[in-house]
Amino acid sequence: MEQFLTFGIVGLSTAAIYAVIGSGLVLTYVTTGVFNFAHGAAGMLAAFCYWQFTVGWGWPVPVALAVVLLVIAPGFGLVVERVLMRPVQRLGEAERLVMTVALLSGAIAAARWIWDPDVPRPLSVFLADKKPFHLGPATITWHQAITMTVAVAVAAGLWFLLNRTRTGAEMRATVDDRALVRLTGADPVRAGRVAWILGTQLAAIGGILIAPTVALDASQLSLLIVSAYTAAVFGRLRSLPLTFAGAIVVGCLESYLTGYLPQNQYLPGLRLAAPALLLFLALLLFRHPRLRGRDRRLVQVPAPSLRGTAVFAASTVLFGVVLATVLDEADLVTYGPIFSLGIVALSYVPLAGYAGQISLCQLSMAGIGAVVWGHLGAHGELWALLAAVAVSGAAGALIAVPALRFSGVYLALGTAAFAVILDRWIFTLPSFHLFGVRVSLFDQGSVEMTGPNLFGLHLDSTAELTVLAAVFLGLASLSVAWLRRGGFGRRLIALRDSEAAYATLGGNLLVTKVLVFALSAGIAGLGGALYGMQQRTITAEQFNLVAGLPIFLVAVIGGLGAVGNGLFAGTAYLGPNILIGVASWTQNIVTVLPALAGMGLGHSPEGIVARFRREWEPLGRDLIALPALLGLLALGWVLRLTDAINGWTFLIGSLVAAFALRAWAAAREAPRTEPDVPVEWWGVRRPWRPEDGEVLVRATAGS
Amino acid sequence: MPLLEVSAVTVSYGGNRALDGVGMSAERGAVTGLIGPNGAGKSTLFDVVSGLRRPQAGRVVLGGRDVTRLGPARRCRHGLARTFQRLELFGRLSVRDNLLVAAELGPERRRARQMADGLLDRLELTGIADTRADNLPTGVARLVEVGRAMAVRPELLLLDEPAAGQDGEETERFAALLRSLAADGTAVVLVEHDMGLVMGVCDEVYVLDLGKVIAVGPPEVIRNDETVLAAYLGDV
Repeated sequence: MEQFLTFGIVGLSTAAIYAVIGSGLVLTYVTTGVFNFAHGAAGMLAAFCYWQFTVGWGWPVPVALAVVLLVIAPGFGLVVERVLMRPVQRLGEAERLVMTVALLSGAIAAARWIWDPDVPRPLSVFLADKKPFHLGPATITWHQAITMTVAVAVAAGLWFLLNRTRTGAEMRATVDDRALVRLTGADPVRAGRVAWILGTQLAAIGGILIAPTVALDASQLSLLIVSAYTAAVFGRLRSLPLTFAGAIVVGCLESYLTGYLPQNQYLPGLRLAAPALLLFLALLLFRHPRLRGRDRRLVQVPAPSLRGTAVFAASTVLFGVVLATVLDEADLVTYGPIFSLGIVALSYVPLAGYAGQISLCQLSMAGIGAVVWGHLGAHGELWALLAAVAVSGAAGALIAVPALRFSGVYLALGTAAFAVILDRWIFTLPSFHLFGVRVSLFDQGSVEMTGPNLFGLHLDSTAELTVLAAVFLGLASLSVAWLRRGGFGRRLIALRDSEAAYATLGGNLLVTKVLVFALSAGIAGLGGALYGMQQRTITAEQFNLVAGLPIFLVAVIGGLGAVGNGLFAGTAYLGPNILIGVASWTQNIVTVLPALAGMGLGHSPEGIVARFRREWEPLGRDLIALPALLGLLALGWVLRLTDAINGWTFLIGSLVAAFALRAWAAAREAPRTEPDVPVEWWGVRRPWRPEDGEVLVRATAGS
Repeated sequence: MPLLEVSAVTVSYGGNRALDGVGMSAERGAVTGLIGPNGAGKSTLFDVVSGLRRPQAGRVVLGGRDVTRLGPARRCRHGLARTFQRLELFGRLSVRDNLLVAAELGPERRRARQMADGLLDRLELTGIADTRADNLPTGVARLVEVGRAMAVRPELLLLDEPAAGQDGEETERFAALLRSLAADGTAVVLVEHDMGLVMGVCDEVYVLDLGKVIAVGPPEVIRNDETVLAAYLGDV
């Protein structure tokens, strides 16, 4: 009984922290419509700052608390609101989601940059020197007592703010209709600002309270707060009382799980994954209303011609061959995964680009593919590659079934929870038997990988594997383009554009979603297997949620609807490593880059690949510039192979030639499409053309 | 026996009865009108018939089979198709692809392309076949939705304000289309505010008000029905 009470107290004090953090999340969501994935990361940064002030610089605790809670947290909230969120407020839900994911990824990278993750940073609990007191048979530490008091105070304060103040009324009004609230003289921007400040402060309080009881680690701390998300989901992201109730359920459940879960080798991971598992269950249990504001700003999905894509695929392979022949072994290990991770990024195109399903667990699917190849293809059996695709495809289908109930933010949360369950628990399991088959995953360590046998050749050198991955990326890009042009691609886009119309035309939502999840997980699994071959050995950490976020962000920046996104994302993700080769201090900058680029999304929602295509198309059409460029590149390649020039000269020379010829081709094309006279002079200063009527109709319809 | 038989359907939103024991039927080869002031429950009835909303009570029978518990996709396979008052086109696809998706899901998927081209021709949409559906003016977009619904070869076609946003000449052509659909044996149910169109093409008209059927009959009877006039104009 005493043990039960003790765990109960621990559970309640954890619950208090989740309640504080969760209420901050709910507050920002209801006021601004933004589900802040980086909410936990804000708490994490606050905890690090608090450590820096108290332990690092020896400031007194009250001063440090005041600076963190009254200066840094509100400042951070204000900057996030002004710089990141306001530009995307009018864009769709997906853009706002990407922005907070970028913030999460960036905050973790920045924290690792500032605070070396290899240095342990113990943080003592509040009033550690005071003796715990007794309440009946239960013992309560002062830290626990403070935590619970804070939660009660927060609850009372929020109730007062929302029900008894003008600002609170404005915030509640903003929930329902931003435009309408403006008509009543209230200010939704101010309400949003207050929500961001308060939300960040609540996250900071939670972060500081939870940090002494766990290790001060950037990604651990950002994700620990998954439990607070679960509490918020209990409140359906809207109700503060239900969020508090949810926090108590989650806190106590976790505590009793720690106390009473039997000890065996399969379960320690379960304890770590329990918050994510609970989140997943909570998402499944509650019905979620479709999120407000139907997304009507749909970004164009280009339908690339098969011929054009074939040329693109061939260029991809050629790029792989050039890299494989020009780079030395160490560089090839760094840049070779451009192609394999490019395949993982390409898996987002059918899933997120066409079908509009945002999944944050694609890298986990790649991990499954890698593990299957590692075990079944240990001797390079080619069929094992098909097995890798099939098994990860099956895992994708598995996630699709519950995903049918989610959409938008909930789907992103559900797939993120799934990724955490995989990397905290499933991937850490020792081998086990399932229906008589022995299943091994990462063998609680690393898995050795080898290349495949192809037509009697064993492909195993880094160069061979790079070319192999490039060939597969080319083939995968072609397949996705073929898919886009076929009936299934049309159906995926239709499903995204109107589920109601799709269903009333006889389309089966479940089957279509399962198929697209399976397909894209299969593509990711192929990418994972190839990535594993290139890495030689793989560990579970390489495929966890946090590792997958930058790839997701780069893919979003490329434009999720573009087939060329695979090669773009791979190159953009790994290319900046070239900076580290020039100056090693840039290493941390490179890890923050995807997040920074993601934050720039507000300025180019259609994606960079589409812009690239527009800019380079004149060169592709030019019958002089294109052969000239190809000739120059071939010449450079031969010179490099014969060691007449070094790698830098080749790279810079190729870039200069390409950009110069692009500019030249664009200039040559320009006179043919002379600038048109302003529209009101059509038919006056130039003759009326037959197509003008159509152009005007479209322009007025589109505006 | 009528193709569609709806009996005693009741739907409540919270404490608000959107439909209160509504019954109606639609015959093959006839155009059935469904009119009523805004908020009368017309679109809700369409949602119930097409399977997007489960009624709290009542039955929907399609071709002699009780489909009340079936989802929208299964009902489509039993010969039902509809359009939406709030346009639900596949915005990122071209007009042709909108029709193609439907044709490929329908019973004639092997001939989907010919089917789509035939419909484009019949509805005089060939000129804008490659225009993205997002970019269409409302009147044209509604016509494309009708075409898309026709592409699954429905026996029962529910049209929710298909002529809104059309000019006089377009409406006349549309009336001719409705008559030709009925002549082919399709049962058409039409929700429309354009009384000229409704009275001109419908064989029978149901009048809904505040979730109840207040009058049923041929157009000439409905035109002079006092309850209907009162519902539309208020008590005078």
